[in-house]
Amino acid sequence: MDKEKDGVLATIEEARKSFNEQDYYCQELPKTVQPVANKIVRGFYNWAQANSLWILGFGTGCGSIELPPLFTPRYDVARFGIFPRPTPRQAGVFIISGYLSVKTLKRVIRSYEQMQNPKFVLGLGSCTVNGGMYFDSYNTINRLDYYLPVDVYIAGCMPRPEALMKGFETLKEQIRAGKAEGANHYVENLEWYKANQKQIIKDWDMPEYNW
Amino acid sequence: MDGIVLKVVYAILSLLLIFNYGMLVIGVTAKIVARAHGRIGPPFYQPYIDLLKSISMRTSVHHGVMFWLGPVFRLTGGIGLYMLIPAVYGSEWLQNFSFSGDLILVIYFIFFGMLGMALGAGESGHPFSAMGIMRGLAHTTASEVPFALAIIAVAAQYHTLSISDIVAAQQGGIGHWTLMTNPLATLAGMLAYLGMMMHSPFDLHMAPQEIPVGPVTEYNSSYLALMQSNRSIFASAKLILFMNLFFGGATSIPEMVVKTFLIFFFCVFVGVVFPRFRVEQSVRWFLKLPTMIGVLAVFIYAVHG
Repeated sequence: MDKEKDGVLATIEEARKSFNEQDYYCQELPKTVQPVANKIVRGFYNWAQANSLWILGFGTGCGSIELPPLFTPRYDVARFGIFPRPTPRQAGVFIISGYLSVKTLKRVIRSYEQMQNPKFVLGLGSCTVNGGMYFDSYNTINRLDYYLPVDVYIAGCMPRPEALMKGFETLKEQIRAGKAEGANHYVENLEWYKANQKQIIKDWDMPEYNW
Repeated sequence: MDGIVLKVVYAILSLLLIFNYGMLVIGVTAKIVARAHGRIGPPFYQPYIDLLKSISMRTSVHHGVMFWLGPVFRLTGGIGLYMLIPAVYGSEWLQNFSFSGDLILVIYFIFFGMLGMALGAGESGHPFSAMGIMRGLAHTTASEVPFALAIIAVAAQYHTLSISDIVAAQQGGIGHWTLMTNPLATLAGMLAYLGMMMHSPFDLHMAPQEIPVGPVTEYNSSYLALMQSNRSIFASAKLILFMNLFFGGATSIPEMVVKTFLIFFFCVFVGVVFPRFRVEQSVRWFLKLPTMIGVLAVFIYAVHG
C-alpha cells in the first residue's frame, strides 16, 4: 500500500519536475515590442488605446467593491470608453484592487502574462502602495511594484469612485503621452520580477512564462 | 473589362457603406440604451475606437491555422451575405449581385459563418469556447427552422427565389409589403430574426457573465479586430435581408436607414424586456410556436397558390 502511495507521489513529483520539459507549453520568453515609428500613427494609436480601456474582470481583493458603482448611472465610466472584459486575452487594464494575498498573486501573474502588449496595471488602495492595513500579515504582499510593473497608484482605503475616475484620467494622460510602457518594462526586467515572484510563491507549479 | 472594374468599384463602395452603417447602428443603439438607463453612455463612434484599439495592439497569440481561419470564414459569410442582397433597390451602385436562387444561398451563408467560427473556436482549445460553440450551434440550428419555413412561404407566394424579384413585387405602397399580404410568414420570420441576431434574450452562446464571451474567449488583437468588423457587417446585412423580404425593400438610402434602424430597435426592445433564455428553453420555443406559424404559412400558400 505504501509502495502504491509512493508510486503515485513519485509520478506527481516527476510530473512537476518535468513541467518545463514537456512539450505542452511554449518555452520561449517574451520579447519587447516597441511602438510604431511614425509619430502621427503612434499618436493616433495612443489616442485609441486611451479612449477604449477594457478592464479585466478579476476582482483581486476588497477594493473591487468600488468597481461596480463606477458602472452605475451616478458615476458612469462607460462614457470614457471603459468596459469590463472577462478574458485576459482581450483586456488591456488590470486593476489590482486592495490587498494581494500570495495565493491570488500566483493567479494574478498567470492572468497578467496572458494579456497582450500594451497592457497597464492600476494599483487600487493603500495595500498596493505599502501594505496598508495588512502590512504585517504573513500572507499578503507589501509592495506590488516588486512583482508587477504598475502604472498608476490610487491611494485610499477604499478610494471613492471620484478618486478612481481621477486615476483613470491620469492613466489616460500617461497613455497618450506614450509613457505607459509597463509591458515592455516587465519583459526587460523579467529576471528580477521572476526572482521576486519565486521568492514569495513557494508552490510554483506554473510554466516559466504563462503565454 | 470596363464593366467588371466598375462592378468591383461599386462592390467596394457598397461594402464600405454597410460597414460604416453597421458601426454607427451599434454605437447609436448603445447610446440610446444608456440614456434609457439614465446614463450618458459612450460616444456614438465608440465602435470605431474599439476597432482601432484592437488593430493597434502590438502582440497577439495564435493557436493554429484554423484559429485564424475562423474569423475569416465568419467575415466571408457576412460579406457574401451582403453582396447577394440589394441594399437599395433600383440604385446603380447599391444593387449588389443578385441572381435567381440567391434566397437559398443566403441561408447557406448565414450558417457558414457560424460553422467556420466553430472550427476556429475549437482550435483555440479553451473549454469555454467549446461550451459557447455547442450552445451557439444548437441555438442557430433551432432558429433556422422557422426562418426556412418563412422563406419557403415567401418564395411560394411570389413564385421566385430571387430576392430582387421579391423586392420588385413589393413595390407600390405599404399594401404590397409581405407584412400585409403574408402576415403569418412575416411573423415566423421576425421571430426567427430575434434568434438570428444573437441579441438578448438569445445571446446565450456568448453570455458574458457565465462563460467569458463564449467562442471568442481566446481571440485577441487583430483577430478580434476581424471579429469586430464582422459584427457590424453581418448585423447590417441581416437587417437589410429582413427589410427586403418582409418590409418592401428600400428605394433610397434614407428609407433603408430608417427601416433597418426600426427593425433593429424591435430586437433591442425585446432584449430589454426578457432575461436570457437557456439553450433548451430557446430551442424548445423555436421548435414550437414559430415553427407552427411557419408551417401554417407554407400550408396556406401550398394549398392556395
